[in-house]
Amino acid sequence: MSDTQTKSVSLPVLGQVTRRTAMKGLGATLGLGAFAAAISPLARKAKDISAEELLQKHYKDLDGDARAKVIARLEQDAKDQYGKNVTIHDPLPIPGTKFGYAINLSVCNGNGKCVEACHEENNHDRGSNQSYIRVLEMERGSMDMEKGNTTYTHAVPAEDKFYLPVQCQQCDEPPCVDVCPVEATWKESDGIVVVDYNWCIGCRYCEAACPYHARRFNWKAPNVPAEDINPEQGYLSNRVRPQGVMEKCHFCLHRTREGRMPACLEACPTGARIFGNLLDPDSEIRWVLKNKNVFVLKEELGTVPSFFYFFD
Amino acid sequence: MQDAPTHSAELLEGAKHRHLVTYPHFLWRLFVLATEGGVAYYVWMVVLTAVALVGANAWANQAADGMIVTGMTDHVSWGLYIANFTFIVGLAAGGVMMVIPAYLYHQRKMHDVVIVGELLAIAAIVMCLLFVTVDLGRPERFWHMMPGLGRFNWPISMLTWDVIVLNGYLLINLHICGYLLYTRFQGRTPNPRFYLPIVFLSVFWAISIHTVTAFLYSGLGGRPFWNSALLAPRFLASAFVAGPAFIIVTMYLLRRLTDLPISTQAIKTLVQVVRVTILINLLMVVSELFTEFYTGGSHIASARYLFFGLHGKSGLVPWIWTAIALNVVAAVMFLHPRVMDHSHLIKLACLFAFVGVWIEKGMGLIVPGFIPSTLHEIVEYAPTLVEWKITAGIWAFGILIFTAMLKAAIPILKGRVAEVHLPITTMNPPTDSAEVTAEPNG
Ligand code: SF4
Ligand code: SF4
Repeated sequence: MSDTQTKSVSLPVLGQVTRRTAMKGLGATLGLGAFAAAISPLARKAKDISAEELLQKHYKDLDGDARAKVIARLEQDAKDQYGKNVTIHDPLPIPGTKFGYAINLSVCNGNGKCVEACHEENNHDRGSNQSYIRVLEMERGSMDMEKGNTTYTHAVPAEDKFYLPVQCQQCDEPPCVDVCPVEATWKESDGIVVVDYNWCIGCRYCEAACPYHARRFNWKAPNVPAEDINPEQGYLSNRVRPQGVMEKCHFCLHRTREGRMPACLEACPTGARIFGNLLDPDSEIRWVLKNKNVFVLKEELGTVPSFFYFFD
Repeated sequence: MQDAPTHSAELLEGAKHRHLVTYPHFLWRLFVLATEGGVAYYVWMVVLTAVALVGANAWANQAADGMIVTGMTDHVSWGLYIANFTFIVGLAAGGVMMVIPAYLYHQRKMHDVVIVGELLAIAAIVMCLLFVTVDLGRPERFWHMMPGLGRFNWPISMLTWDVIVLNGYLLINLHICGYLLYTRFQGRTPNPRFYLPIVFLSVFWAISIHTVTAFLYSGLGGRPFWNSALLAPRFLASAFVAGPAFIIVTMYLLRRLTDLPISTQAIKTLVQVVRVTILINLLMVVSELFTEFYTGGSHIASARYLFFGLHGKSGLVPWIWTAIALNVVAAVMFLHPRVMDHSHLIKLACLFAFVGVWIEKGMGLIVPGFIPSTLHEIVEYAPTLVEWKITAGIWAFGILIFTAMLKAAIPILKGRVAEVHLPITTMNPPTDSAEVTAEPNG
């Protein structure tokens, strides 16, 4: 059929074409309407996300002024959202410092005070009882985690058991940092692996990559009553996290970079925890490394932890 | 070109330099063709749209309320979405199995149907990108991944490699399909220089998308279940089962519903491909299981969980045995010497193989990687209704665009819809009458 023939067909068909077109138009309108209705729940979320938040740059790309502005905004958000006045600091790594942690497994008795302290210090979601630390109850005579258990409720220490607290090992070769597609997580010069909660896209690749189950995802926005919120916060540490981003142990950098000890260490009633500057030859942690038989977890994976364990 | 549209020489001449007019016209024609059809076609598309909308709604709720509405946890942090993503990357790669016989072995009969595989690749990659997007906790920050705008952790992060190869594969296939269809639309003979090198590139690229996706998992030292050198080859073998299986069924459907010339030879070629790949796939599964179970040790925990259950938890056991049974039965059916005489047998075998691989390369691969966790805790995972809705929605959307693309491509391939000469001065929007239409409903 040639072009002219198509054109010469008389009106009824044209009428049909028009009706068809009209039907399509109607269909398209209905479809678009249905689509708009389907995605309308997004509006609920959109009102919580301001343009500044959406377009905020990576932590490292924020110069002093911009960073101060962001922090002011985050403090305001905390007030609006949680009804609490908080101060967010941004302490920087101290030159000549590389933090290390060691745990005396002969002393640790699995009481879990560190777990609780972490929960409170870091403004974790109250409902899920989140913490960066897990304490494994292990069979004596075995380092096989398969024989461990984190969900014990009986009195501690139990007969023939020892206790293995695990948190972020602040690896020197951190697989979590390697896999992150957007550099939302990185290792700072003092050895602490941090997350920019305002840059993470929530893909959870780092969580899959970490061999120590050290990362936590915010499956929803944390729920913390205003009176429970710890108002002393750090940008890269314990400020209340947004929904949908990754977080992890940061060696309480808002404390330790200001010369204090991590909350888990302060809470430990047995004195099993030793924290300090690995570059300082007079530090307690250096003494431990020199005088005790220390080991690291999963050494064979080549993650090079800055977290050590020893038995007396 | 066997069935080039019959056109007068002037039309062909004029077509060369008017891409600015012709190309939008071409796109518009594609759109019109895709939205026009009989009642059955509309019903089919409306059903797919409805399912896709249910998925969109579920996703919008998930984005608002958080990933808490999924069954995932800090222990099993990837689930149904990434499982489907992994499988569909294979589907996209498998589409290329049409290209190899068609262009590498010069099977002329494959040339008409090779486009089916390429269109499948396009639809599949779109689905892959959607599955990754719905898995993000902060989808509005996707721009952080854009090179230049955000921070692209390339070349260290395997995920950035995946972004590159997936989008590259999408562009490659868009180019090949677009070019072949556009030249036919213009009544020209496609110039091999403009697409053959890209076709060869697409074969290489198909392998790369699946290899890189396998490296996403096999590069994680802390996850022994994935940390296997055999993972990438296994992915490829299963992709070259599932992809061709899907295309075989599609070809039978097209043969029934359209007038695209689908030769029995083309189907036979693909059946032969599956006969080989399905055996290679099974062989690799057996090799991997042998190493796991014969050696024992702590590496075995995930495999034991998957196949037999661990410490009383056995959520995936029925799934994986179903997959193994489907794969084995499909292999036996495909290997039947007279399988080509029974089209129903082939279709059923394809279905079995497809579902078998979907389980094995989906949930059967992703979930056990997390169970037991890196501290050897056993927390099980089961997808929630929200996850199933979103998954169904993405599948429906993928099938919808695959259908629409075929619907538009076939009349053009058949030369039924082609451009006619418009003088360069008439910049009128193209109308329905400005075409050569042989059959009213395409
Ligand atoms: S323990 Fe895990 S989260 Fe911490 S640095 Fe190592 S890999 Fe990263
Ligand atoms: S979840 Fe966040 S920090 Fe982890 S890899 Fe993804 S973007 Fe990076």
